[in-house]
Amino acid sequence: MLPILALHIPDGFLSVPVAAAGWLMMLVLVGVALRQTRDQLGERQIPLMGILAAFVFAAQMINFPVAGGTSGHLIGGALVAVLLGPWAAVLVMTSVVGVQALLFQDGGLLALGFNVVNMGIISAFVGYAAYAFARRMMGETFAATAVGAAAGAWLGVEAAAIATALQLAISGTSPLDVALPAMAGVHALIGIGEALITVGALAFIRQTRPDLLGQPGRAATRGAGWVAAGLLIALAVTLVSPLADPNPDGLERVAEDHGFIEAAQPPAYEILPDYTIPFIEDAALTTIVSGIIGVLIVGGIGFGLARLAVSRRKETTGAG
Amino acid sequence: MNFSLQERYRAGDSLLHRLDPRIKVVVTLVLIVGIVMTPSAAWPAYALLWVLLGGLALLGRLGFWRLARTAGLALPFSLAAATLMFTTPGNEVLRVFGLVVSDAGLARFAAVLLKSWLAVQAALLLAMTTPFTDLLWALASLRLPQTLVAIIGLMYRYLFTLRDEAERLMRARAARSGSAANHRSGGSLGWRARVAGGMVGSLFLRSYERSERVYAAMLARGYTGRMRALDPPPLRWQAVVLGGVPLAALAIIQLLAARWWA
Repeated sequence: MLPILALHIPDGFLSVPVAAAGWLMMLVLVGVALRQTRDQLGERQIPLMGILAAFVFAAQMINFPVAGGTSGHLIGGALVAVLLGPWAAVLVMTSVVGVQALLFQDGGLLALGFNVVNMGIISAFVGYAAYAFARRMMGETFAATAVGAAAGAWLGVEAAAIATALQLAISGTSPLDVALPAMAGVHALIGIGEALITVGALAFIRQTRPDLLGQPGRAATRGAGWVAAGLLIALAVTLVSPLADPNPDGLERVAEDHGFIEAAQPPAYEILPDYTIPFIEDAALTTIVSGIIGVLIVGGIGFGLARLAVSRRKETTGAG
Repeated sequence: MNFSLQERYRAGDSLLHRLDPRIKVVVTLVLIVGIVMTPSAAWPAYALLWVLLGGLALLGRLGFWRLARTAGLALPFSLAAATLMFTTPGNEVLRVFGLVVSDAGLARFAAVLLKSWLAVQAALLLAMTTPFTDLLWALASLRLPQTLVAIIGLMYRYLFTLRDEAERLMRARAARSGSAANHRSGGSLGWRARVAGGMVGSLFLRSYERSERVYAAMLARGYTGRMRALDPPPLRWQAVVLGGVPLAALAIIQLLAARWWA
């Protein structure tokens, strides 16, 4: 019971600025997911996604004894992403996490933003990325599907746990050197359960309805690799950033040496003065938050440019 | 997830039940933000916030103590914050297994617990006095995207059907599994996981095929891709005023906390 609660952050554990950042991330990413699924979302898909959201909810009840009174069960992000494609999975998992908070107080309302990001978006995209990678490397066999889904399920849970630990640390609720090993360690075990159930479910579906296991269409997966890569890079950068070199970077160093740094004008709008967030005290943590925000901004710009490039190409060639 | 999947809504006809759900959603969110923003050591403020939430519980005929008890459900998560007791510098108050618990650490830990407990009470007040369908149209008029409204609406409609489906699967598994006290039963871990996986896969197929039937039934009844609903009723000024009362109380508590108790 404890492990799953450890990913549903209740209110009070995230500070207001961190929670607000989570809501912002959720709004942006769910907004993109809605846009991405709009073309493929025939009226056919609405009942499917609604009922599959109820399925995830019910499937989380199915548990199996692991050891010492603990039991394993599903979160489901990777499974749904493998079956429906990552963007649709984001919508399904967002509905699941949202209803858990609203109806059952499983996870807070203010903390809903990061709960959706962690369990809905990170686990779905990381899970899907591993699955797609395995299929590309090993071919379109069921062995590839199983290996990819298992790796994806495990990595998705682990990435969500690491993200949760970071958010708690940035909020000042739990120091990173305690929260990170604890969350990552516990969820390395939980992730094994997730992987086993995911593969078991896929094996069962393969035997009964193999037609449902085809690769989701191109529209369902468009841009997914970029998002997954972005999320992983963001996590990696955030984890490494407190260890980064505190010395000023090259250009600043040169400017200081030559004494013209005083001449430099401060920018008109300082969003992140000196890569720090004003209301967060701890130096390492503020660097982490700045890192996340920076990566998000860069990712957003990159994504926009990529979209622009794609639509430009479509115009010139006249065909998608 | 071991909580039983039961709705928390308590039917009733109190002022709180009848209040416009849009107002309730907004007030709940602002209350939670206010609770979380309360300065750590402003203990009188926590007491006043509890009185405010308890008063609302009495207004909704939910029971002061029952709300307080039910709100304990998020406490297991507090383990995540327990390390604050040991890592926050301060004066030693006691030692646990050689680890020093500081007074400042104890205070911060208590503040996190209190905030979480109060915020769950606020969220419970909303869930216990508002039918989910009302909550959904309130969210829709607060700009939740139509696609998500449709997905969540359908999800809610089949949530309890599929819960029963999952319970039947587990009952079937239990009926076929012998177990005895002090005796390990069942096969290896991998085998148990595969059984659970098969159950999840089976539940998925039942859900998937149900969604096909539901879609066909919806088509037969004239579904074109839009969920139809009555227009939400106009927002009445009485509701806005009523919603303002707890927010005014929250503002006063926060001002007191910032001025004297911070």
